[in-house]
Amino acid sequence: MTPSPSSFTRRQEFWSGCRDELPILVGVAPFGMIYGLLALGAGLSPTLAQAMSAVVFAGSAQVVIAQLVHQGSPGLVVVVTVLVVNLRHALYSASVAPFLRRLSAPAKGVLAYLLTDEAYAVAITRYLRDGERVEVSPYRHFYFFGAGITLWACWQVTTAIGIYLGGRLPESWSLDFTLPLTFIALVVPALKDRASGAAALSAGLVALAALGLPYRLGLIAAALTGVAVGLGVEGRS
Amino acid sequence: MNLLPVLLVAGLLTFATRLSFIVLIGRVETPPLFVRALRFVPAAVLSALILPELIVRGGELRPDFHNPRLIAGVLAAVVAYFTRNVLATIAAGMAALWILQLLLRV
Repeated sequence: MTPSPSSFTRRQEFWSGCRDELPILVGVAPFGMIYGLLALGAGLSPTLAQAMSAVVFAGSAQVVIAQLVHQGSPGLVVVVTVLVVNLRHALYSASVAPFLRRLSAPAKGVLAYLLTDEAYAVAITRYLRDGERVEVSPYRHFYFFGAGITLWACWQVTTAIGIYLGGRLPESWSLDFTLPLTFIALVVPALKDRASGAAALSAGLVALAALGLPYRLGLIAAALTGVAVGLGVEGRS
Repeated sequence: MNLLPVLLVAGLLTFATRLSFIVLIGRVETPPLFVRALRFVPAAVLSALILPELIVRGGELRPDFHNPRLIAGVLAAVVAYFTRNVLATIAAGMAALWILQLLLRV
């Protein structure tokens, strides 16, 4: 017999969130190690590389930051690029917001800090599953917290392992090449239609053409061009 | 460049993005154009980072077959297309780079 959702305790909710996050860690753990490795390859100190995992706590944005630092980009370009790369989190924020409405400000703050792609995926699945029920657990945010903190712990530990390994591998291994390879692994499966293909191609070409621009402004120009071309192609079809 | 302040600002902005609608809910709506545009951000930003990394060597455009990073990158893209696996893509790309660097002596 399934117990009534309203009888779930905080602790039950927390552990069930942790448990449901576990399968996702299989994909996150290697990425954490890769980040640690390539952050050192990009010239970051071990302390800064680890601090970035706690302060920024966003995998692809961290890899992008490492790459930009490697190329000696100015701070403002790094910050603007991170903002653009992380804009999708505003969508997640909008999506979970109705479920967190009654929480205290500190609780909202903690859950927002933990709102990564992977924690969002697990938490929103739970909220949507609850959707049709008349009676829902009053402690669902502990489920979200369990999922988020599990991912957080995994990310910190695997970053540390990557940094440990990265400091012990010779420079002749060209480990900095893992940066563009990681981007290739992330972008190729996302090119599902003509519009996203056109966005990628136009952005890449503008980035090449704008290499001479100062402060690596070419990257921002390329990103904006890519998004505009993608929207244009999508609008026509 | 002193990296720590940059990281702190980047972290604060990321946090603010994640907190945005959780705090604003009921007061603003996401514009549809913004939602549509978001879909193209990863493809655009990541490609803009990848292409120069593969084609530019020492400040010069090198779109030729003596450029090991270009060949290894194209091979990695093929592996990424068929496997959709990050580790397999990195392993294939690094193996190709090491072999090509030996063969081409660069």
